[in-house]
Amino acid sequence: MAGGHASTAPAMLAPEAPGLLGLSGLGFNRAQSIAFLVMLAALLVGPFLLYPVFLMKLLCFALFACAFNLLIGYVGLLSFGHAMFFGMGGYVAAHAAKVWGLTPELAILAGGVVGAGLGVVAGWIAIRRQGIYFAMITLALAQMVYFFCLQAPFTGGEDGIQRVPRGALLGVVDLSRDMSLYWVVAAVFLAGFLLINRIVHSPFGQVLTAIRENEPRATSLGYRTDDYKLVAFTLSATLAGIAGGTKALLFGIATLTDVYWAMSGEVVLMTLVGGLGTVFGPVVGAAVIVTMQNYLAEFGAWVTVIQGVIFVACVLAFRAGVVGELGRVLKVRL
Amino acid sequence: MAQDRRSLLKTAAAAAIAPALGAGLAGLPGRARAQGANTLKIGVLNDQSGVYREISGPGSVACVRQAIQDSGIAQRGVNVEVVFADHQNKADVGSTIARQWIDRDGVDVIVDVPNSAVALAVNAVVREKNKAYFNSTGATTDLTGAQCSPNTVHWTYDTYMLAKSTGGAMVKTGGDSWFFITADYAFGHALERDTTRFVQAAGGKVLGNVRHPLQSTDFSSYLLQAQQSRAKVIGLANAGTDTINSVKQAAEFGVTRRGTKIAVLLMFINDVHSLGLKAAQGLVCTESFYWDLNDRTRAFTGRVKGAMGGNYPAMSHAGCYASVLHYLKAVGDMGVAAAKASGAEAVARMKAMPTDDDCFGQGRIREDGRKLHPVYLFEVKSPEESKGAWDYYKVLQTTPADEAWRPLSEGGCSLVKS
Amino acid sequence: MLEELLFQIELGLPQIVLGLVNGAFYALLSLGLAVIFGMLNVINFAHGAQFMMGAFVAWMLLNWVGIGYWPALVLSPLIVGAFGVLIEKTMISRLYKLDHLYGLLLTFGLALIIEGIFRNQFGSSGLPYAPPEALGGPPVDLGFMFLPKYRLWVVVAALGMSLATWLVIEKTRLGAYLRAATENAALVQAFGVNVPRMVTLTYAAGVGLAAFAGVLAAPIYSVNPQMGSSLIIVVFAVVVIGGMGSILGSVVTGFGLGLVEGLTKVFYPEASSTVIFVIMAIVLLARPAGLFGRA
Repeated sequence: MAGGHASTAPAMLAPEAPGLLGLSGLGFNRAQSIAFLVMLAALLVGPFLLYPVFLMKLLCFALFACAFNLLIGYVGLLSFGHAMFFGMGGYVAAHAAKVWGLTPELAILAGGVVGAGLGVVAGWIAIRRQGIYFAMITLALAQMVYFFCLQAPFTGGEDGIQRVPRGALLGVVDLSRDMSLYWVVAAVFLAGFLLINRIVHSPFGQVLTAIRENEPRATSLGYRTDDYKLVAFTLSATLAGIAGGTKALLFGIATLTDVYWAMSGEVVLMTLVGGLGTVFGPVVGAAVIVTMQNYLAEFGAWVTVIQGVIFVACVLAFRAGVVGELGRVLKVRL
Repeated sequence: MAQDRRSLLKTAAAAAIAPALGAGLAGLPGRARAQGANTLKIGVLNDQSGVYREISGPGSVACVRQAIQDSGIAQRGVNVEVVFADHQNKADVGSTIARQWIDRDGVDVIVDVPNSAVALAVNAVVREKNKAYFNSTGATTDLTGAQCSPNTVHWTYDTYMLAKSTGGAMVKTGGDSWFFITADYAFGHALERDTTRFVQAAGGKVLGNVRHPLQSTDFSSYLLQAQQSRAKVIGLANAGTDTINSVKQAAEFGVTRRGTKIAVLLMFINDVHSLGLKAAQGLVCTESFYWDLNDRTRAFTGRVKGAMGGNYPAMSHAGCYASVLHYLKAVGDMGVAAAKASGAEAVARMKAMPTDDDCFGQGRIREDGRKLHPVYLFEVKSPEESKGAWDYYKVLQTTPADEAWRPLSEGGCSLVKS
Repeated sequence: MLEELLFQIELGLPQIVLGLVNGAFYALLSLGLAVIFGMLNVINFAHGAQFMMGAFVAWMLLNWVGIGYWPALVLSPLIVGAFGVLIEKTMISRLYKLDHLYGLLLTFGLALIIEGIFRNQFGSSGLPYAPPEALGGPPVDLGFMFLPKYRLWVVVAALGMSLATWLVIEKTRLGAYLRAATENAALVQAFGVNVPRMVTLTYAAGVGLAAFAGVLAAPIYSVNPQMGSSLIIVVFAVVVIGGMGSILGSVVTGFGLGLVEGLTKVFYPEASSTVIFVIMAIVLLARPAGLFGRA
């Protein structure tokens, strides 16, 4: 997968300029630092301009797409079953909040833990294969998880887990007001985003990139590439689980939609639109897609047509995605 | 250098903000124009593109518009707006739209909502926001049971009433052994459970069941299992395309030819239309409304038909009409401001007034939110019996309003004072 | 004891027959996918949508032009195949130099577009399509069950078509070129064979197979826009289990999994749509290249 844009990526690198406001400590170059500050500003101002629930939904999907991008963008593995982590994270967080009465931060954490556990198992099976086979195996595993969710009593089958309370943060701050929940969701997103960025720029992340570029060479250098891939897969699954858990608390509902294979396709679309392997691409991609779904909701079936057109257009003409193309024009890495 | 940085900053800012701005344009203004105190907003939330489109979809919107017109409320200076959306049969989509409508677009009433899972999700949102909710096309009895709400009226039908009417009647006419083909989700399970109860109560027995995944294509294997059980009646506890495919394939395999009867536990007249009388003749089903029932139903159908794009109203459509009509009567009684201020108050007023409309005749709404009216068991006519377009049903039996529905005491609704 | 066993067989035998009918569709669809993958190295996610188009074209031919089932069985694959040529020429051909996954993503997008358009045009509750006169009428008595004639025909037609495809690829000159081009396109080109055209026609043929299956399915299942998408994921699993690109593998696996699924419907019906994925995961762990694939 990575082959398509990786060849152009090194050419467009701007020299690593000194960091801005010490943001290089997070692994950002200068352009990224600026983009990050802009994003931060948008996060702060956003809820006063826009419907907060919409923004929160956007952030959940942005985190999900970032987690997915960790795998495809930096390890070169296309998972077509990421919905299993997102959906299961949602179910477990909802169950934890509603039945066990956990506080929201613990419920979200529970979603992440389940994502991690599932990620270890699914990853252990899937990473032995590459390319299309990897995509197919993850798809098959996701279908099995879907079946489990349909059958298991705790998920409520077609009804899903409904009327999940948002609860009170740390048992103190009531989150039933949209604005208070917003800051929590924004914090979760930001933490996940920065964590992924930290991982990517760590020595561990460098090894991942090496595996993406040339796995046999990485192996011959003495890296146990399967171990690296498994850890990356698990991290990605964990963050997807956290994103799913957050979304479940936000809407007070966890349903089969989020474990269905179409959701796996959707996160691919978001990442592709934004730009595979870019830091901000998944965020922008999620924003584009969620906005579009929101805006086009009343057009019913046309939504799928338009999504399809975007898919086709991206593959044929904008393989680098919005952020990737922008980066190329500006000659920076975003 | 400075130049560079500035242009970079600009572009980066544009990149990050553009989608957000787009969202703003999409979401906020436009619709949120100032609403007069004399404006009510009704949201029709249903399936506009999926398997339930024919029984809800645009037809429900047309019926709601008809109700507004028939109520004559505009002449009293009250402006009623209608919005609609597609919930895609997903509970999360449905609850998101409901939330958005209420928070952002000032919707006062949500109507229709097929699909039990979505129906319950919307129920929770409307209650939390204290608006009004008239469910017409959802089937789950939980709306008036464990999850009953002071903001909700469940108008048209539910699994209990379907099971009692169809199940009980089939046993009486000799169909005393059953095999269920059940859609494997909450609605299918509930329908099977309720029907089993009435079959057994009437002295029949259930020989077996099989549960199929939702939206299956091939039912032959299940039909065969049903035949092998030697049951006299095959009960179809599914809906939409699943039901249509089951019936079609039963005809293909000649199931009915050897005397086995098929009881379709949930079927609408539009399903009959899509099956064609050749495949559907002789099927027995329950509805609470049929367009050709009496002069009033025919008059209603004549008024609304033109706006329904070739479709005829099913009971689900009629429920949208009747519930909105009754609501507007209550609004006329209590005033727009009071009705907007509290959905629960509006629903309480609706419960206090007897209902009367062209579709369901006279009736009332029970304290748990259950609308009461008679229920009809129909048999689908053969192509020879049918005299014209949409002449599909003949009435086999009428269950009066006080016997058709689940007794208050059995629902476990917290609104009912014991 | 014996009676019990006989009873089990009596229950199981009809399910095996019905499983074969479903297997026929899996086989035909995975055959088309295998042909395309073998030659183009593209996973054709739009295969389900093209299957659906086959059924809809048959319906349109009947209701708009008055052309019946038998001509439609030939015409519909040709029409949909021509559509395939268009897609290959304008889009897929641009991706051959890139990673295979881009082909998957492109055709995924195409599937969304095609399905969405049909849903807008025809709604989703399905359209009726009657079986041809000759195959209608009362079901055939097989002794242990009654089987509609049409279903029998489906199995025969699918087997015949699979055999024909196999013959073309393994036994004809054209097939030899095809196989050679899969191994080394440049060399075949050097011998004066127009490889790009061959690739285009291969795609069209694979798509045509899907449309053929679509016409076969029209009288059994209701003709609706999502009829393909519910099938395609299963067919992917079939192709992967059989071994990507293996003709024989996809046919055998198609029928075999139809049987397994049929039996599952007796013993654990709720799992009938999942059992294939379980098998797929197991096969991939044990034999990563699939049952018939070359590693």
